Amino acid sequence: MKFKLSLPIVILIIWVLMAVLGPLLPLNLTEIDYYKIMQGPDWQAWLGYDELGRPLLHRLISGASVSFFVSISVVSLAVVFGTLIGTVSAYYGGWVDSILVRIFDIFLAFPGILLVIALAGVLGPGIDNLVIAMVAVGWVGFARLARAQVLSLRSRDHVQAAIALGTKPFIIMLRHLIPLISAPIIVEATFGIAAVIIAEAGLSFLGLGIQPPDASWGNMIKTGSDYMLSSSNMVLVPGIALILVVLAINLLGDKLRDHLDVKSR
Amino acid sequence: MSDILLEVKNLKTYLDTPRGVLRAVDNISFSIKKGKTFAIVGESGCGKSMTALSIMGLVPEPAGKIAGGEIRLEKDDLASFSEFQMRAVRGKRIAMIFQEPMTSLNPVLTIGDQIRESIYVHKGLKKLEANARVIDLLKAVGIPDPARRIDEYPHQLSGGMKQRVMIAIALAGDPDLLIADEPTTALDVTIQAQVLQLLKDLQAKTGMAILLITHDLGVVYEMADDIAVMYAGEVVELSDRQSFFTTAKHPYSQRLFKSLPSMEKRLMSLEAISGTVPPLTDTFTGCRFEPRCDQAWMFCTQNIPTINKLANGQQVLCHVYTEGLERPKSVAKESETSTQAIALSKKIDKNQNLLKVKNLQVHFPIHKGLFKKIAGYVYAVDGVEMEIKLGQTLALVGESGCGKTTVGKGIIQLLREFTRGEVKFQADNLLNFSDAELREKRADFQIIFQDPYSSMNPRMLVGDIIEEGMISLQIELDKDKREKKVTELLEMVGLSEDMRHRYPHEFSGGQRQRICIARALAVNPKLIVCDEPTSALDVSVQAQILNLLKELQAKLGLAYLFITHDISVVAYLADQIAVMYLGRIVERGAVEEVLTSPKHPYTKALLSAVPVINSENNNKQFLQGDLPSPSNPPKGCHFHPRCPEVIDKCRVAYPICNNDEHSTCCHLYN
Repeated sequence: MKFKLSLPIVILIIWVLMAVLGPLLPLNLTEIDYYKIMQGPDWQAWLGYDELGRPLLHRLISGASVSFFVSISVVSLAVVFGTLIGTVSAYYGGWVDSILVRIFDIFLAFPGILLVIALAGVLGPGIDNLVIAMVAVGWVGFARLARAQVLSLRSRDHVQAAIALGTKPFIIMLRHLIPLISAPIIVEATFGIAAVIIAEAGLSFLGLGIQPPDASWGNMIKTGSDYMLSSSNMVLVPGIALILVVLAINLLGDKLRDHLDVKSR
Repeated sequence: MSDILLEVKNLKTYLDTPRGVLRAVDNISFSIKKGKTFAIVGESGCGKSMTALSIMGLVPEPAGKIAGGEIRLEKDDLASFSEFQMRAVRGKRIAMIFQEPMTSLNPVLTIGDQIRESIYVHKGLKKLEANARVIDLLKAVGIPDPARRIDEYPHQLSGGMKQRVMIAIALAGDPDLLIADEPTTALDVTIQAQVLQLLKDLQAKTGMAILLITHDLGVVYEMADDIAVMYAGEVVELSDRQSFFTTAKHPYSQRLFKSLPSMEKRLMSLEAISGTVPPLTDTFTGCRFEPRCDQAWMFCTQNIPTINKLANGQQVLCHVYTEGLERPKSVAKESETSTQAIALSKKIDKNQNLLKVKNLQVHFPIHKGLFKKIAGYVYAVDGVEMEIKLGQTLALVGESGCGKTTVGKGIIQLLREFTRGEVKFQADNLLNFSDAELREKRADFQIIFQDPYSSMNPRMLVGDIIEEGMISLQIELDKDKREKKVTELLEMVGLSEDMRHRYPHEFSGGQRQRICIARALAVNPKLIVCDEPTSALDVSVQAQILNLLKELQAKLGLAYLFITHDISVVAYLADQIAVMYLGRIVERGAVEEVLTSPKHPYTKALLSAVPVINSENNNKQFLQGDLPSPSNPPKGCHFHPRCPEVIDKCRVAYPICNNDEHSTCCHLYN
């Protein structure tokens, strides 16, 4: 068990360190060096150089920050909005609930990534628009989850007792409902982070996310794909990093889910 | 001794838990005679069910195992049988029925299939013959129209019917012994009476022995020939029915009887057994009951008692009956909750009306179709009238599904959008208030729920739980004063002050119920709706809570609306009683009056269905059938399809209720 968990944890620690410390390091991201184009690894660049002679490792680290900050901000915003809206919907019920559920359904009717592409396209490329587009799509999942959980909690006796004690609805939601639904939300959020990393890479690959010369794993894969046969490390480096991080998050999420399940019977 | 069917000798069943070995059944011995009913009585967690599972060879694997002893069924020792050998015993020689008929049947198979399965296994019959046998069995357990029912699914049957089907499955293999694990606990009293009678009839017909496991001494009195009392994994008393109910010997059995509420004990507090059952992971060096025993002395703490056989055949696990041991009179423990008369300490005008409910209706809409059109209503509460005077207790009695809980919630305005009518609390009709106005009034009426486990937020500290109302209703905004009040409240309900820093899951059921009472009291209410506050608790703990409620009423002048199905609790606690049937009150009046001379046929049937200790009740009135659906109540008087005294008028019109002190809604009295 310990063995199974230790590897994903190490991977995630490296990812977070890269992301957090990346901006502080003296990275060479934009300096073009024609003599080093598509060279293999050497002492200055452990992973080799890209098509403009920039060290792949530096670009990888910079891409890690992008994926980290995009995924964390998208998921935390989506969790906050989604949980609040879902809780309100289930707690009040009636016409409020009917309208909100229709809105959820409308959002869910479109494939998520398509909607993000459309939104990102309308808003224009850029990291902030990317986050906005993904939050606009991502909150629905959390809202539906929160709503389902709250529906089953709302009729519980301790909530009824709080109503009988004259507690205001907002406080009831904050104190008696949201803390009790946090376990499934947290698990869902973990998987959400993995999904957002993939989505961000995909959008950048399509040219809707991070714009060159800034680095992101998605646009690194895109440029690398043109040189796949001549210097495959340009695709392999960001590709493997992406796979490892997403896999690690999913494994940890599974573990977390089992752990929380046992605790809450 | 050829008349002995099953003999259990020194049985030990242990379970491995994270906290150590749990000795669920610890060295017990008893024997069951052919064709007789043997009852095991005890509170939850004392090892009753584990004994039954050990006999069936169904101890939960891999944590549990039979650690020693013999289970002799005629000549075979079941404890040494392999799983394969046990399979031939189960169903054929020993069958079992469980407490929850709702979950004991497979929802996706017809009841015919489920009974047939048992017949195929044990009788090896062909399909056609098996069908005939299924119909016979269904007839035997009193299911009407068995040929049609055979193709129905469990969800189409009521709880009582499902328990009958369970019994039919158990009978399919013609067992010599039927183990019934709390067979009627989940059922209403009128249904319980039907099922118990059925078991008796079947026993007379087939000559099988029954091992009845229950916590209800009334059921034991009605059913058992021999009785074993279990406490903390041990059998503490073995006795025949006659001697047990006249001269129970073990201090625990004696105190169990004393903690039962009844009419005669009205003016006293009940003799509750203080404390709780010790954890069975402990190793004991003395008597297990000693910490809670009123007859124990030093000797009991240091010496493990052995079975004492008395002259009349009773066996007791207690030092009091050991020959040659003299119990020193002086060190006898003072009984901690001595029966004392409860005196009113707060003077209140008992004639002042506190609550007056007029034509209360709670109708839940049934939505159907794409646009959620209202297709009908569940008439959960349909025109209820009641009054509660200051400092008084009104008991609301009825079977499950009759709408009692909904009345409670309707009165304290937890179902506002569905509630119509008039709920007059002192001078104000609560239904006319806006939400904000109502919030200010909420301090006056509070509620205590049935399930002490779900009625508190598991993520909040006990102190915060109790404080919540004081903050919400702005009763005490000063933090220090609030802390002081929490301390007072905890002491008032019999808990210690330092418990405020703990979470609800650290407490037992009885303690949680005390915390819920403290939470309600924190806002100084005048009325508390008690929704079956003791039905999830054991008898001894129930007595503690009833004492507390009675004491608080005397001290604070509280009025209670006490919702329950337990008549003995009503007799002990209430001043007024209202009997409810299918959303309406059919009879109300003073408790003594209604319980001794009931008028409405339903009240009569309800009262006669309750098993009562030491009263031969031979002219029982059995109610046929089940409670009809409240979404489609019968025309005329709601009770007429089940009423033994039905007259023509009942089928046409709902009777008018006379408004006397003892009011009845029945055509027979108009």
